Amino acid sequence: MRRGIGSRIGYGAAGLGGLLVVMEAASRLGPVDERFLPPASEILGALAAELATAELWIALGETMWGWALGLAIAFCAAVAAGMVIGSVPGLRAATHSTVEFLRPIPSVALIPLATLLFGASLGSTLLLVVYAAFWQVLIQVLYGVADVDAVAHDTARSYGLSAWSRIRHLVWPTALPYVMTGLRLAAAVAFILAITAELVIGSPGLGLSIQAAQSAGAVTTMYALVVLAGLVGVAVNVGVRALERRVLAWHPSVRGEAPV
Amino acid sequence: MNGTGRAVTRVLTVAGVPALLVIVWQLYSAASQNFYVPAPGRVAQAFAETWFSERILDDVLPSLARLLAGYALAVAAGVGAGVAIGLSPRLRAAAEPVLEFFRAIPPPVLVPLIMLLAGIGDGMKVLVIASGCVWPILLNTVEGVRALDEVLSDTCRMYGVRGLSRLRHLVLRGASPQIMAGLRQALSIGIILMVISEMFASSSGLGFTIVLFQRGFQIAEMWSGILLLGLLGYVLALLFRRLERRVLSWHSGRGVGRA
Repeated sequence: MRRGIGSRIGYGAAGLGGLLVVMEAASRLGPVDERFLPPASEILGALAAELATAELWIALGETMWGWALGLAIAFCAAVAAGMVIGSVPGLRAATHSTVEFLRPIPSVALIPLATLLFGASLGSTLLLVVYAAFWQVLIQVLYGVADVDAVAHDTARSYGLSAWSRIRHLVWPTALPYVMTGLRLAAAVAFILAITAELVIGSPGLGLSIQAAQSAGAVTTMYALVVLAGLVGVAVNVGVRALERRVLAWHPSVRGEAPV
Repeated sequence: MNGTGRAVTRVLTVAGVPALLVIVWQLYSAASQNFYVPAPGRVAQAFAETWFSERILDDVLPSLARLLAGYALAVAAGVGAGVAIGLSPRLRAAAEPVLEFFRAIPPPVLVPLIMLLAGIGDGMKVLVIASGCVWPILLNTVEGVRALDEVLSDTCRMYGVRGLSRLRHLVLRGASPQIMAGLRQALSIGIILMVISEMFASSSGLGFTIVLFQRGFQIAEMWSGILLLGLLGYVLALLFRRLERRVLSWHSGRGVGRA
């Protein structure tokens, strides 16, 4: 069953190449109208041309800034809230119904509110990103805090560890794998919402550029920007996974894992 | 503690914090006169007036129908292709980078793309929902089929279980925890896309109506729409959890929060 990494890369490259060839052929040979699906070579060419412009890098920077800032705010707030809710007896039961109600609310429902409060600015992006990312992390922190071993907890108490050092040396390491899972989910969701805010509300960034390209009828540029959005999405996923492996290098779930 | 006492405690646990939040909201809206924060009573009134009317037929039901159609399409395509890809190691190796890329594209950017291909009718919205929902289902199905228990799979071969019954009893059953995880991710993406596709170009639907209220500065009505979307998300999540519990009743790892 085991295959070398080299041949896996070979197959993957063949798959990617196949997709590009099909796209190229579909529009060159005629089944799909070139106005709606430009050939792959033209899309990649447009992407290269876009990458040479300063506007694109500014837009990309704005998107990533909204993403990173929103994710950081949501992460800190959710970890703090989760630690408090998970550590104070009774608080978890009391907040359960509220959390379970607020969590599935699609954050795009807040788009009109963001538009009214902040208009087409970073604030709108942050509102959507923070709301969407917060619950992902909070739920995982709650699971993580609930996972603390009762015996370890009692031991820490009887050795007279203070509340702070119990959190620092017992609760946090136990919850960390869950926290990282939450961060991974939240990072992907936050990127989606950052792009959404730009696309729908018009906050500056990559989404706004896509929207502008569509309005201007610049189909090839639009495809190029969508491809770029996908590449950034891949980078976000890969980056967070690498961070997860690094932070959890001591944890059995990572130590036992075969290198991927 | 006696029976009544326990019941009171339960009601307090479930309803205490929500009641507190509504009271804070009421006090805030009374004290601040903030134009954007109407009193809860006003929002409740707007909710009843706005949504218990023909709007349910004109806006809410078409939205839900499009969501269901797109979701069903994504389930059929995602599970079908996922099983095919998952069963063939070579196909999987070839398809994986492409699939990872498609999954990483934020689904809302598909709206302008698909508008270009399919116009702005119902078909566009269904397609947008389907094309956003399909990736988590597809990738999770591939993963689930790949991780099928080898002993079970050998046993099936020994007993001559093949064809459709192998697919049904071994492949789909064995992959169902993963498939359900994919379906759950896809549901929340579907709701997002339902709203966004209606905000772009539409003359009906929940997303359209809420934006209409916002542009007309009908703040209480807008809040009632946000509330309705929240309720919708909540109810759909609840129904899904029911379904999941049924489908995975045989599986011991169900209900674990890690995705």
